[in-house]
Amino acid sequence: MIGKTKTEEAPLIEARNVTRRLSGEIPVTLVHDIDLAIHRGEFTTITGPSGSGKSSLLYLLGLLDQPTEGTIFMDHIETSDLHEGDLARLRLTKLGFIFQFHFLLPEFTARENIMIPMRKLDRLHPAEMQARADEILAQLDISDHANKRPDQMSGGQRQRVAIARALANDPEVVLADESTGNLDSHNSEIVFDIFTKLAREDGRAVVAVTHERELADRADRKIHLVDGAIVSDN
Amino acid sequence: MRLLLDIAWTHIRGRRRQTLISITGVALGTGFFIAISALMAGSDADFIDRVVNATPHVAIKDEYREPPKQPAERVFADGAVALRGVKPKQELRGIRQAQARLTEIEEIAGLDVAPTLRGNAVARYSGRDVAVSILGVDPRRERHVSQVESDMTVGTLDSLYTTGNGIIIGTGLADKLGTRMGATLTLSSPAGTVMKMKVVGLFRSGIVQLDNTTTYALLKKVQVLQDKPNVINEIRIRLDNLDNAHDLARRLEARYGYRAESWDEVNEGLLETLVVRRKIMLSVVSAILLVAGFGIYNVVSTITYEKVRDIAILKSLGFEEIDIKFIFILEGFVIGLAGVVVGWALGYGLSAYLDGVEIDMKEFTAATSLPILYDITDYLIAAAFALGASTVAGFLPARKAARVNPVDIIRGAA
Repeated sequence: MIGKTKTEEAPLIEARNVTRRLSGEIPVTLVHDIDLAIHRGEFTTITGPSGSGKSSLLYLLGLLDQPTEGTIFMDHIETSDLHEGDLARLRLTKLGFIFQFHFLLPEFTARENIMIPMRKLDRLHPAEMQARADEILAQLDISDHANKRPDQMSGGQRQRVAIARALANDPEVVLADESTGNLDSHNSEIVFDIFTKLAREDGRAVVAVTHERELADRADRKIHLVDGAIVSDN
Repeated sequence: MRLLLDIAWTHIRGRRRQTLISITGVALGTGFFIAISALMAGSDADFIDRVVNATPHVAIKDEYREPPKQPAERVFADGAVALRGVKPKQELRGIRQAQARLTEIEEIAGLDVAPTLRGNAVARYSGRDVAVSILGVDPRRERHVSQVESDMTVGTLDSLYTTGNGIIIGTGLADKLGTRMGATLTLSSPAGTVMKMKVVGLFRSGIVQLDNTTTYALLKKVQVLQDKPNVINEIRIRLDNLDNAHDLARRLEARYGYRAESWDEVNEGLLETLVVRRKIMLSVVSAILLVAGFGIYNVVSTITYEKVRDIAILKSLGFEEIDIKFIFILEGFVIGLAGVVVGWALGYGLSAYLDGVEIDMKEFTAATSLPILYDITDYLIAAAFALGASTVAGFLPARKAARVNPVDIIRGAA
């Protein structure tokens, strides 16, 4: 951050005039005319009423979905023309997803779940992968649960394991979709503390969709959507 | 790769009962394929072995494949010639210049040759008449072209030399006539000659038709019985390599003009029957494996349905379509592989069991146990078929899984 403000830096993700429509008998527009830049070290929340297109925008930014019009740039790479394998590679190396439900693989322990993206990337030796998984578990204060399967943990613990898995490959961007939706206020606080730390201390870009205004107020930047369009960004 | 295998393995382990049923299906298909193949191949080999050993590999007969043409037909080869009232020339049947031809054939490497006069006769003993085929043979040469000597249960081939008018008969014929070693039969030939012959040996070839109708005597004696002095009507050849029989028969027929039949030509219908039988068996057992394939499809398809949320999350983590496809194909393959390994053991066990089963088919063969041929090729074919079916069964749901849109699933879960 030395010498440059966040907005002066080249954005990590940039949406240019993005629109996403679902075709069908009655076409539905999920989001439209979105221009948005996400920077390193920035904790951004996306809020809005149900059906306003918050999650749809997040999936577009996370390359899980493709815009009908417009383009998404990921670290200067135009993603419109990329093949499915290339998009998957970008998700694996640059992005970390956290969903409302933990979506951990039920047959694997917490440590094994965290190691799945690392094993897929295959950049570290197995011992290094395990050490990194244990390090992330320690950072999130859930080391005691390393060998537990998801059904042996509480909701808050599972969600922290899901965050740990999202951080496994040291992504530059963390995307969270209603990640506190199933948590009590205490665990929600913990999760948002982690997000704040990931952005401010680790320099990652964190984008979190939430409908909880109090939590959203803790972010550096708040984007409000209504009917698929950004109505405020401050 | 190891990660994909781990994920596939956890899926399979999660549906233990269904997986076991599918493995059992593949194992049964593979096991029965191997056992029935071993039985079929064993019986084919046993049957061919008996037929081949009981007959010459090549037989030159005193007949022509096509009747000789009349002079008028040869002169007007392109014309439409019709001859009426042609009186056939009476000639003594038999192979001409037999001795010279025998000598010539003997010079070919890798074979043994023997002269034979084959004829029909009626054997009479204690008021019973049985039509028989009598082969006039030279024992010194005969022992090299047929198995009669090793098939003899009583007496020796050389007894034909030491006993005047000796005859060797099959055990089936002996039973029919109610005769025994040392008994004297009366043989009447179509030429009208009647000869008393003493039974000096009994043989049992294992082919009931031969044991019931065939007899052996010295060539000179049969020539007298058939009133064909110095005549032989068959040259019988045994080869070191069976596969050369067809070519040799064609060459000898082209050279001498006489009909030369190889063992496979004589038994052409039988061999075709064996091929058809094997194809039917393959179809039936393939159907079993196909049904097992549906079982695997069912398991993998169910796992795909159950794990659709995991598929979505794996994709969001950066797994490609090909990774997802591979996981589910691997599941089909692993189930198939487990089925093949169990099936191999089952197939071997069934084959070993059938090997010990005693049978009694006296009307057809003298074999006393089911012939089993243990052939690694059957195991490999069964494995290839089972693994192929399992992989295809896994591929179809895998393709569907790979196409899952993660956004649809994640939205649905939310």
